[in-house]
Amino acid sequence: MSEHLHPTDIISTVEFNHSGELLATGDKGGRVVIFQQEQENKTQSHSRGEYNVYSTFQSHEPEFDYLKSLEIEEKINKIRWLPQKNAAQFLLSTNDKTIKLWKISERDKRPEGYNLKEEDGRYRDPTTVTTLRVPVFRPMDLMVEASPRRIFANAHTYHINSISINSDYETYLSADDLRINLWHLEITDRSFNIVDIKPANMEELTEVITAAEFHPNSCNTFVYSSSKGTIRLCDMRASALCDRHSKLFEEPEDPSNRSFFSEIISSISDVKFSHSGRYMMTRDYLSVKIWDLNMENRPVETYQVHEYLRSKLCSLYENDCIFDKFECCWNGSDSIVMTGSYNNFFRMFDRNTKRDITLEASRENNKPRTVLKPRKVCASGKRKKDEISVDSLDFNKKILHTAWHPKENIIAVATTNNLYIFQDKMN
Amino acid sequence: MGEEEGLHQTQLLDTMFVRGLKRKCIDGEEDIEGTLAGIKAIPSYNLQRQSLLDMSLVKLQLCHMLVEPNLCRSVLIANTVRQIQEEMTQDGTWQMINTQSTGQTSLDRLVSTDILCRSSREQAEGKQVPGYSNFNKDFEDDQTQDSSETMSTASSVQAPRNLQSNVWEMENAQENRGNFQKSLDQIFETLENKSPNSVEDLFSEVDNSYYDLDTMLTGMMSNTKMGHCDGLETFSSPTTTTSNSNCKSDLNELDHIVEILVES
Repeated sequence: MSEHLHPTDIISTVEFNHSGELLATGDKGGRVVIFQQEQENKTQSHSRGEYNVYSTFQSHEPEFDYLKSLEIEEKINKIRWLPQKNAAQFLLSTNDKTIKLWKISERDKRPEGYNLKEEDGRYRDPTTVTTLRVPVFRPMDLMVEASPRRIFANAHTYHINSISINSDYETYLSADDLRINLWHLEITDRSFNIVDIKPANMEELTEVITAAEFHPNSCNTFVYSSSKGTIRLCDMRASALCDRHSKLFEEPEDPSNRSFFSEIISSISDVKFSHSGRYMMTRDYLSVKIWDLNMENRPVETYQVHEYLRSKLCSLYENDCIFDKFECCWNGSDSIVMTGSYNNFFRMFDRNTKRDITLEASRENNKPRTVLKPRKVCASGKRKKDEISVDSLDFNKKILHTAWHPKENIIAVATTNNLYIFQDKMN
Repeated sequence: MGEEEGLHQTQLLDTMFVRGLKRKCIDGEEDIEGTLAGIKAIPSYNLQRQSLLDMSLVKLQLCHMLVEPNLCRSVLIANTVRQIQEEMTQDGTWQMINTQSTGQTSLDRLVSTDILCRSSREQAEGKQVPGYSNFNKDFEDDQTQDSSETMSTASSVQAPRNLQSNVWEMENAQENRGNFQKSLDQIFETLENKSPNSVEDLFSEVDNSYYDLDTMLTGMMSNTKMGHCDGLETFSSPTTTTSNSNCKSDLNELDHIVEILVES
């Protein structure tokens, strides 16, 4: 795989658009950076275009909630692209409290030859105008502008963890720890609450919403996951408030594996529908599970991401790593799933061959344009050459965010400060 | 380590009292060893469970210091605390004092809690997961070292402490559980209505309780030092049952205790 490296602020979300031509990243500083794939060079058919910076803009600023005396972080939690309808691109970006719809448009022409204005913008004295001419558009250097078109604010008391655009392309949902709201993209002063799990007495709170997503094809169906390892599928046609689920997906706990950390590691950090809409994938602390929407009582596939950490759960609880929220993603054909781990490792699981691979995103170990070497972690016993022992893993180097191009074998992997883009070698 | 010495002696004597054993001089070391040998296997699990509880409560309190706590994390930690509390209640080893004193020096007393990562099945089978065997060995070595310096010869001094708490639990069970639940409740209320005042309220609540228990502990310690294992019966009249030599040592002990209290 060939590699491209882009240093940035701490990346908090990564997302390809629907065509894969654009890749958006959000960071802790509230900025959005969009990369664009170069158009394929017809003569050099052995490599796909590289991704270069296309646009950078400040999406969210830090705010202060005066009522609660709390700062609201500007960190971008999620970015979701809208499908392209015209020349401009649209995306939703959200921090803990506010969702914004951004329009990204190109400008490569500008009007020249005004009658009442000089070229630099100063106004001409009308009395000096003797003839009239029609202004014309002349080409200019490409300028990419981002402008906020809608701001959806004040609808969430708790921290927003997910946004998901409906397949009707008119509505979207936003989920915080206790509630899920439904919005219309055109309307900012109103949203509908569709899920509310806040107990009347906050002292009775034992479960929160961790992620939510609309079904890719059914515009009335969405799922949300919880900190107790359950996924609920809801149908908006059933009632206005979808507090009662249509389906509850939960794998019964293995009683022999029970420990004080069982609940924490069962907490689902991400849920993603397959492109087909037939399956959904969930990520908990140690594994990735694939669920068939027709079967609620257990997943159809389970992949262990880093089982060697099971014996280290206490230490990971102590240093808070056990609360890390890893994301997961499908490839375009739903045959491979990918997720991140520690030590800048990320893992891919082939659902058909049942093979898996561990790769590392790091500059020291990989030169650009070289093929990535598979890694192996040695859990115990004698460490073979080239293996890495569990104790020497760097838990500060975590890959939480990964994305897969919707059509090609191009992946984006975010380490703490860098974005790596890997592509398949085409032969 | 002087503090622990004192505690060991106290707990040892209270253990005997709690278990209804015939009260003897400290000279009867064989008996003490015999009775405690049976529970030698349990303490490391209890100690580490306690450590996990302490750690969790510290985390929850630290949550409050943050600008806006992560609700998911807080809920997961609180659920873990509840789990431990339930198990400890079932075991009868619920220790209020440790819960309340987390604000002080719990971080110093944290030990590696890898053993808790073992599944319950492994624990039942007594399986040694690689990496734990070293820890267990070290831990027991430390304990043996400590105890050889003190009068008590039990190799696992933490067990007495757990059993001692039984006394307090029987006396103060309702109040203790209520206090604990109140702390958890306050945490969630504070999470909802975050304001500087509520944070202070929460901390002041914890501090008050600690102070109360601290007084209790002081009383216990100063009384059990004197006489021959008369234990709690000498609570109200310390001076009447002591001999001269004990008086002197009592004064020294009191100074020692005051020193510890001032330090903490």
